[in-house]
Amino acid sequence: MSVLTESTIALSSGPVTDPGASQLLEVSMGPQHPSTHGVFRMDVSLDGEQVVKLKPVFGYLHRNHEKIAENESYLGCMPYTDRLDYICSITNNWAYALAVETLAGIKVPERAEYLRVITGELTRLQNHASLVGFLMQDMGASGTPLMYAFREREKILDLFEALTGARMMCNYMRFGGCRVDAPAGWLQQAQKVIDAFPKFLDEFESLLRTNEILMARTQGVGRVSKELAINAGLTGPMARASGVNYDLRKVDSYGIYDRFSFRVPLGEFGDVYDRYMIRLLEMRESLEILKQAMREIPAGPIMDPGTKIRGFRPKAGEAYGRIEAPKGELGFYLISDGTGNPYRFRVRPPSLINLTVLEDMCLGRNVADIVIILGSVDIVLGEVDR
Amino acid sequence: MLGQGILKGLAETARNFFGSYINKDRLTTVQFPEERLPQIEATRDFPFLVYDGTDWDQGMRCVSCQICEKECPPKCIYIVKSADKKPDATGKPQFYPARFDIDISVCMSCQICVEVCPFDAIKMDVDFELSTTDRFGGLLLNKQQLAKSNEYYNKIHPTEAAAVDAALADERAKADAKLRQAAEAKAAAAAAPPTPPAEKTVVQ
Repeated sequence: MSVLTESTIALSSGPVTDPGASQLLEVSMGPQHPSTHGVFRMDVSLDGEQVVKLKPVFGYLHRNHEKIAENESYLGCMPYTDRLDYICSITNNWAYALAVETLAGIKVPERAEYLRVITGELTRLQNHASLVGFLMQDMGASGTPLMYAFREREKILDLFEALTGARMMCNYMRFGGCRVDAPAGWLQQAQKVIDAFPKFLDEFESLLRTNEILMARTQGVGRVSKELAINAGLTGPMARASGVNYDLRKVDSYGIYDRFSFRVPLGEFGDVYDRYMIRLLEMRESLEILKQAMREIPAGPIMDPGTKIRGFRPKAGEAYGRIEAPKGELGFYLISDGTGNPYRFRVRPPSLINLTVLEDMCLGRNVADIVIILGSVDIVLGEVDR
Repeated sequence: MLGQGILKGLAETARNFFGSYINKDRLTTVQFPEERLPQIEATRDFPFLVYDGTDWDQGMRCVSCQICEKECPPKCIYIVKSADKKPDATGKPQFYPARFDIDISVCMSCQICVEVCPFDAIKMDVDFELSTTDRFGGLLLNKQQLAKSNEYYNKIHPTEAAAVDAALADERAKADAKLRQAAEAKAAAAAAPPTPPAEKTVVQ
């Protein structure tokens, strides 16, 4: 009679199969867990309530974006970029357009540059607003702050709909400019939204900045040191919360960002609270940029007349276009072999790379902290999995 | 002070709740199916085919050039080009799509077909209540289901449609003027006294 040995019932290698040595519990958080902001899974090994090991598992939303793009025309790739980070489709368009423009040496007209800045900064506003709302939701403030954030986001989405025809899948930019000009009255409408936005920020801040629950839950939680942030290649608000002064709008000054005066907020501790505050402060700086852009926007054409949109064939070569997306450095790397579709199409997604330090942030913390640490990274699975 | 956060939060909620009775701007939602927000003009969802006049089949602007089929990123358009020509709304013989299908379960509403169409034949619709119990046949629209009149287009996108109509009228006027000029030249040539080539034929 055979005895059921340990190895025959082993499900996976790791702490669980070793019941004698420790009392670790392996929990699979996700992919349907509401706090994972999509279809993301974490294999967490717990010692009591504390995290000992965390293995991120992603790829549930993989759609073969890069390979599809290699079989599409340069124009046909544009609507697919909307689906990367579906909260901020306009900045995705911008990064891709910038890469193609670098590849083919296209100049963008003045007015189009301003429209890009205005829509890009509005995108940053609505992304950060929904992020802080969701962060509160993860912390257990069910509903109220998120609804206030979504109320403001709604106004910006209405603006996008009036301009581009869609609320989220805008497909707005083209290499060499923008697809449509702002319709009559759009700029005034946008000005109204921009003028009303600080009121929301004040309301939000007075409500939550000194809230004792928020401070207890976020301060000192999920710290990333400056060295780790640099070594892991973090960008965007994640890196700036750790005190890394790196903002592509200042470093590259792509487009016309060198014409605007704005400050780059930096954090000190690199914890969840810093990341939360960085977003709130960045929204204020975005409003500064928007005010200047709305004042200076000139009249004129919005498309470069020399650029052929259909049947576009850049000469052979390679280019990397990167912008400061709301989540960090979003880059598109293109290789052209002179035909109508890119030979290689590579996306550098900020969400994925910011996610790589998840285990370092979570080790030694409680399960409840995983949720808010993940929430503060600001990921969108469309971009992580591509 | 302990509990300060709760009090602040409740005060904020109360301000928004009672404020909504005074200021209509604070009411951000509507009771949807009964009450509807006005349609934003630039809104788009799925493409449709524009026809002029009253007969959808005869007045269709599409001349089956198949550019949209080729440029469509998810390849949701299927066109069969006609073998013969048929007079269109202006009476000019044109090719027409013998078959024009759009699978709107594949379509991603990117508007590239509208952008590349040289004949202003395909435009974006705003009709979003499209749910059906038949997910294959019900979402595969054929030529007749896609055909909508120019009046409908003018109703849903007034500014854009007016610009398109003006451009088309301008083009037609130019073409007419060209035709008239050619006809006049012909008539003048016919009315002119016997020409050298005619003499040449006599010589030969």
